Amino acid sequence: MTLDELPRGDRAVVTALDIRGGARRRLMDLGLLPGSAVHAEMTSPLGDPTAYEIRGALVVLRREQARAVHVEPEGR
Amino acid sequence: MATPLPTPGVGRTPEPPDAGGACASCALAPEATRLARLGLDPGRYSHVVALAGNPNTGKSTVFNALTGLRQHVGNWAGKTVARAEGGFSYGGVGYRIVDLPGTYSLLSASADEDVARDVLLFGRPDVTVVVVDATRLERNLPLVLQVRQITGRVVVALNLVDEARRHGITVDVRHLARELGVPVVATAARRGEGLPDLLAAIEQVATTDDPPAPLRLVHHDPELERAVATLADQVAARFPSLPNTRWVALRLLEGDPGIEAAVRDGSLGDQAAPTVGAAG
Repeated sequence: MTLDELPRGDRAVVTALDIRGGARRRLMDLGLLPGSAVHAEMTSPLGDPTAYEIRGALVVLRREQARAVHVEPEGR
Repeated sequence: MATPLPTPGVGRTPEPPDAGGACASCALAPEATRLARLGLDPGRYSHVVALAGNPNTGKSTVFNALTGLRQHVGNWAGKTVARAEGGFSYGGVGYRIVDLPGTYSLLSASADEDVARDVLLFGRPDVTVVVVDATRLERNLPLVLQVRQITGRVVVALNLVDEARRHGITVDVRHLARELGVPVVATAARRGEGLPDLLAAIEQVATTDDPPAPLRLVHHDPELERAVATLADQVAARFPSLPNTRWVALRLLEGDPGIEAAVRDGSLGDQAAPTVGAAG
């Protein structure tokens, strides 16, 4: 599953980043690395972008950015 | 605004202030009057200190506490646009201090990160103080590691420890220092807490002849490792005084345009760098 599919309020753990170059670097600098815990906090009225809680900070990602982040949803 | 600051004449190394003189109104403990804040004008200085850190870690507060300036404390993106400079004298020795823009990284291509990286890489400060937020340590440590890959002349200021305490967070400072291989000082710059220790650590790192080596990343991909090693050797041959050839090699492999240009025009090896250290 990719991060853009994570329902609001749910938690997940990053498993892989399917993106290269500067965009990958940027996501990593924002704290999105394999093993990072992510919490989908809020979605804007049109469903894009979405704010995620990552390592103690709120990070807002567009859908196509979130789509590059593969996650494992946390036990439900 | 009319706080009297000791302002020695240009080009003259300031006398150590007599007790109580320079620091009557400051938050530092009396024994820290080894500190004289020199405001905007460092006069003649022996050491250059760079202040790095993520946004909102209190970098500018540390800067102001050391220089006596009251510039630009505020919380908005890109507040420290390029870089602010000031000076202080500690133990009779002059320091020039450069406040870098807040960045999460030295690797993404944004103007702020370029400024920070260029100062560290080309300016070769004698000490880089990385200010980190004790309440968000995990988020702050990547930058520390990136700076450590460039230089061993690092002091980590574990700032906002007062806020961390309120949140029930205690940081094992000694363990952190051991893991990072550089001094870590707990500070609450807003109240002056920890600043005497920070100054002592800055002095120690500035004056040591034997700083820790830059951190060396081990690449588990043998092909990448071979490429880095080969290129690092060539960089070392061209720039013998460069301490962090592996880091430069890795940037070249990533196609970093700034580093490529610096290798091409030779500014990478330039001791009297254009960013810091030039004009006095």
